Amino acid sequence: MASTVRTVFKTSGRSFRRRHLNVLLLGGGSLFIVILATLILLPSFLPLNPNALDYAEILTGPSEAHRLGTDALGRDLLARVVYGGHNSLLIGVSVMAVTAVAGTVIGLCAGTTPWLDGPLMRIMDVMMAFPALLLALAILAALGNTAFNVVLALSLVYIPRTARIVRGEALVLSKMPYVEAAEALGASRLRILLLHILPGAIPALVVQETFLFAYAILGEAGLSFVGLGLQPPNPSWGNILGEARASFQQASWLVIYPGMALALTVLSLNLLGDGLGQFIDPKRRAR
Amino acid sequence: MMNLVLRRLVLFIPMWIAVSVLSFVIVHATPGDPAASFVGQDAGAASLDVAHRRLGLDRPYMEQLYHWVAGSLTGDLGQSYFLGRSVATAILERLPVTFSLGMLALLVGAVVGIPLGTVAALSPNSWKDASTIGVSLTFLSVPEFVVGMLLIYVLGVELRWFPIGRYAPLSDGVGLWLHHLALPALALGLSQSALIARMTRASLLQVLGADYIRTARAKGLPEKIVIGRHAFRNAIITIVTVIGLSLALLLSGAFITEALFQLPGIGSLGVSAVLRRDYPVIQGLLLVSSSFILIVNILVDIVYGLLNPTISDR
Repeated sequence: MASTVRTVFKTSGRSFRRRHLNVLLLGGGSLFIVILATLILLPSFLPLNPNALDYAEILTGPSEAHRLGTDALGRDLLARVVYGGHNSLLIGVSVMAVTAVAGTVIGLCAGTTPWLDGPLMRIMDVMMAFPALLLALAILAALGNTAFNVVLALSLVYIPRTARIVRGEALVLSKMPYVEAAEALGASRLRILLLHILPGAIPALVVQETFLFAYAILGEAGLSFVGLGLQPPNPSWGNILGEARASFQQASWLVIYPGMALALTVLSLNLLGDGLGQFIDPKRRAR
Repeated sequence: MMNLVLRRLVLFIPMWIAVSVLSFVIVHATPGDPAASFVGQDAGAASLDVAHRRLGLDRPYMEQLYHWVAGSLTGDLGQSYFLGRSVATAILERLPVTFSLGMLALLVGAVVGIPLGTVAALSPNSWKDASTIGVSLTFLSVPEFVVGMLLIYVLGVELRWFPIGRYAPLSDGVGLWLHHLALPALALGLSQSALIARMTRASLLQVLGADYIRTARAKGLPEKIVIGRHAFRNAIITIVTVIGLSLALLLSGAFITEALFQLPGIGSLGVSAVLRRDYPVIQGLLLVSSSFILIVNILVDIVYGLLNPTISDR
């Protein structure tokens, strides 16, 4: 009797949790798609020019002509937020791609080759000892602040975090019976790595990269905010906010709209990451 | 226990040297001439030569590296290009500001985060739980400078409750100090509170599922004692760890928050050093901040070992 009660309780608990996780996944996913669609489609419906100066309309609030208002140079804020979004997301995606590839290679090597594990992971530890933003700032100060270097700096900051996750997965997977079986059958190392271990590490990697996308967008925004990321007049959410520092005390819309775009995008990715994490491993609670 | 402390300390030394070397390598990776930022863009070759000699840039790379690492061991971090003082002095002068800001932000994080996480964990999968997750995810997603700008706009400019862009040291009185630091600490602390809430919830939930909690309840202990004495005391181990590890994140956030609120701490020192290409200051800050994180990591390990003696057996 007791065990039946427990089973019933357990299944009902699990099904509840599964519904719960779908809310995160669906909510985050649809929010992200809506944001993405808006950013991509809006320029084809509205004539948006992020760099057109209108000296007659400096720091004017939202109006018919400028739906989100204008900035200190009379540029249309909506246009800047939309095109800034393109740049912010592009940098985020690039960082995500670079860290995914580099982190996977390093993580797989460390997790499956004992003599490489120690040295590689110590290097990752040393890189992770620096505060993320300061490390990125220092790299940009040394190399110069171009969009390419922003991606490079943020990637260097976040590669160790990806490598650690992939290494952890690879360590566990390389001890699995099916991997040992493949070894016994004489499969080559590369074949085992790519066909047996990598696929098993992908779910954790996908979750990590979703969060990383969010961190990269936040990181770029932070760098650009202090003036070292993407350089104006090329807009990004961070440098729109950074440029607003001089005038937002008279023009609150300069903070509210780009801030909202940034926060909603990051929120959607955080939700998506949480949802994916629980979807892949239902026992895992929201971190 | 002594064993654990010793092992961590022995590991610290090579890590510290590696961090010191990497600080040097990053800053010296510049394809341009570091001395160019010192003498100005349109300086002639002669003044560049003089600058090279003065800054020691004419010596071989490895010799400079050795000089830096050996110097940093004795606390000599070199001279700032622009501040007219040593890097170590510049950092020490500004440390109290960043320390004040960090501690207050951490306080905000703990005071908001721990109760939030506890409420969520005590009624999992309820509306309370869902709204806590929602609130903490939102706090995590709004960057500190956006929170900061909104706080400045509403509480500083519109309502004029708080002074903006100024700092009062603790020696001017606790009230004044708090008044000047409240907004930046709040801006920086909210994302901390989100992390702490999530971790409190997760670790409490894990503890609450343990056998000894069921035993405590079965023997009829009041819920207050089960939660307060049995569950919370064990959950706090994880929470302390997260707070320690989140200090790195806090330090990153402090750079931007200090720049926004114009607080004279090491964060704004770093941002202005980066903007002016004051390479020795950047290098010194890299080393000091990473040493701080390394030390905190060791302390976290030790506290973890003290609170949970089974760890030190490993």
